[in-house]
Amino acid sequence: MSFSAPSPRVTEGPITRAVLIGTAVLFLAVFLFVPLAGVFFEAFRRGIGVYLAALTEPEAVSAIQLTLLVAGISVPLNAVFGVAAAWSIAKFEFPGKAMLVTLIDLPFSVSPVVAGLVYVLLFGAGSVLGPALEDMGIRVLFAVPGLVLATVFVTLPFVARELIPLMQEQGTASEEAALSLGAGGWQTFWRVTLPSIRWALLYGVLLCNARAMGEFGAVSVVSGHIRGETNTMPLYVEILYNEYNFAAAFAVSSVLALLAILTLGLKGLLEWRFAGELAANRRH
Amino acid sequence: MHALLKSAAAALILSAGAAAAHAQTVNLSNVSYDPTRELYREFNEAFAEHWREETGQRVNVRMSHGGSGRQARTVIDGLRADVVTLALAADIDVIAERAGLLPADWQSRLPHNSSPYTSTIVFLVREGNPKAILDWDDLARDDVQVITPNPKTSGGARWNYLAAWAWAHREFDGDEDRIRDYVGDIYRNAPVLDTAARGSTITFTQRRMGDVLLAWENEAFLALAEMGEGAFDIVVPSISILAEPPVALVDANAERNRTTEVAQAYLDYLYSPTGQALAAKHFYRPVSPEHADPAHLERFPELDLVTIDDDIFGGWARAQEHHFADGGVFDQIYQPRRR
Repeated sequence: MSFSAPSPRVTEGPITRAVLIGTAVLFLAVFLFVPLAGVFFEAFRRGIGVYLAALTEPEAVSAIQLTLLVAGISVPLNAVFGVAAAWSIAKFEFPGKAMLVTLIDLPFSVSPVVAGLVYVLLFGAGSVLGPALEDMGIRVLFAVPGLVLATVFVTLPFVARELIPLMQEQGTASEEAALSLGAGGWQTFWRVTLPSIRWALLYGVLLCNARAMGEFGAVSVVSGHIRGETNTMPLYVEILYNEYNFAAAFAVSSVLALLAILTLGLKGLLEWRFAGELAANRRH
Repeated sequence: MHALLKSAAAALILSAGAAAAHAQTVNLSNVSYDPTRELYREFNEAFAEHWREETGQRVNVRMSHGGSGRQARTVIDGLRADVVTLALAADIDVIAERAGLLPADWQSRLPHNSSPYTSTIVFLVREGNPKAILDWDDLARDDVQVITPNPKTSGGARWNYLAAWAWAHREFDGDEDRIRDYVGDIYRNAPVLDTAARGSTITFTQRRMGDVLLAWENEAFLALAEMGEGAFDIVVPSISILAEPPVALVDANAERNRTTEVAQAYLDYLYSPTGQALAAKHFYRPVSPEHADPAHLERFPELDLVTIDDDIFGGWARAQEHHFADGGVFDQIYQPRRR
């Protein structure tokens, strides 16, 4: 892969280019940079002491821990599911395949509030399942399992959606070759399939993670808003804001924003570090 | 991802460790309505101190706040509240009726209709009252925007609605058509209905929408205290409603959590001199004013108060059914105007 493609000739005049670039930059500035800078400005306006105090408050610590815990469970679950779903959809023919593809997209089209209410119906005190599980000592609603379920539902499509087009494009030729050379199923997956999709997988996982940590609607319905117990960071931000505690609200928001920036930074770093391999995979 | 997994694992271990260390601590869950946040934050500390002196046991009160109607719904759906401290009796009635978690006669178990503090509904206007909003009739004017929450989800909103109704009932001599028109006009002047009282306060004070906020008296005073005295004025209308936010032990949940004793003590402590003084400090009208700081009591204006048990309303059960049930008076006067 040592040859380089000829760079495409730019046909637009300098004015058109300036206008186009200027518009894009202005748009990004107004809708992205200014609000983001605003969050950090508000967070630090009362000084670094207030900022740190807001983040070391027990309820804030609990919200941060809970958010990481929920994301830490939901994201691996969805990564495994995403790979399995994309693999079966891209590499095999089976009845109900079109149905599965549609179902995977469902969480994108269903409002998160509805997603949350579905779990209230399933596991609420008025349901069959909820009281039965509770008698066994398992709390689902208004506890961590409910938060994880809601988050898994909302972030379900991210990994699968990234992988399906890529795996369909790659086809089954490599796998067939591996199998015909005597590789087993798992061996084929680990040695052939996984290496060729790892970038898309990573990208999907990062997106999934960002959404899992930031989810508000579905989580709000199943949380019960118990302070220090079932408040994730986005819910905690709302509470602080409603209590006139603006400095703390923005301090916690800034942590959420930082986590998002970190996620994107990680992605950029990996892309830069493995640029060669990425080009080989013809996908970024 | 590794770092994330590690921190998630660390969080798990930490919380497990914390749980073990506090095995002697009893957890109490109080599901409350929206504007009580500041009151219960201070009251919980006072109660924890009191309970530790009495029994040596540490008590950790977990709060959940939201619109009163919505909070009742959450308890019915299975949130294991040991006590509920909601905005109005009808919301606790619903829990007793639909989930059977406490007996139907819950309200007679504690003094003063189970309401350790009361409040009323007043107006909060912008500084200097530029729209000259003086009484209920000004809310129906075409040039006035009214901020009030949604009566379907918020308890405060239902008190707002009933206070307006009480004024109109007196003004129009009980002519129901004119009362309906008047109350309908108020809601036509409402650009947004938040789900809970605090949301409306933020809409009015932070988002700067509207000319007048219909607010709990305690919420209006708190907004003044938080936002600085100069930004808003309180207007006391000629007549308002005596709002009695009740508290109750949720028997079935407390038994299950083995917290009945501490939960009962928690509610009783609201009636104690300490509890009463704290209520007054946080702008609630205490039922035993002799325990409160006179300086705190002085802040409450005298006004003509109608109660929910007045013949106009006939108690919460009837008022809830007549005005706020699906297809009730509120639905009839509000929906057609939205279309």
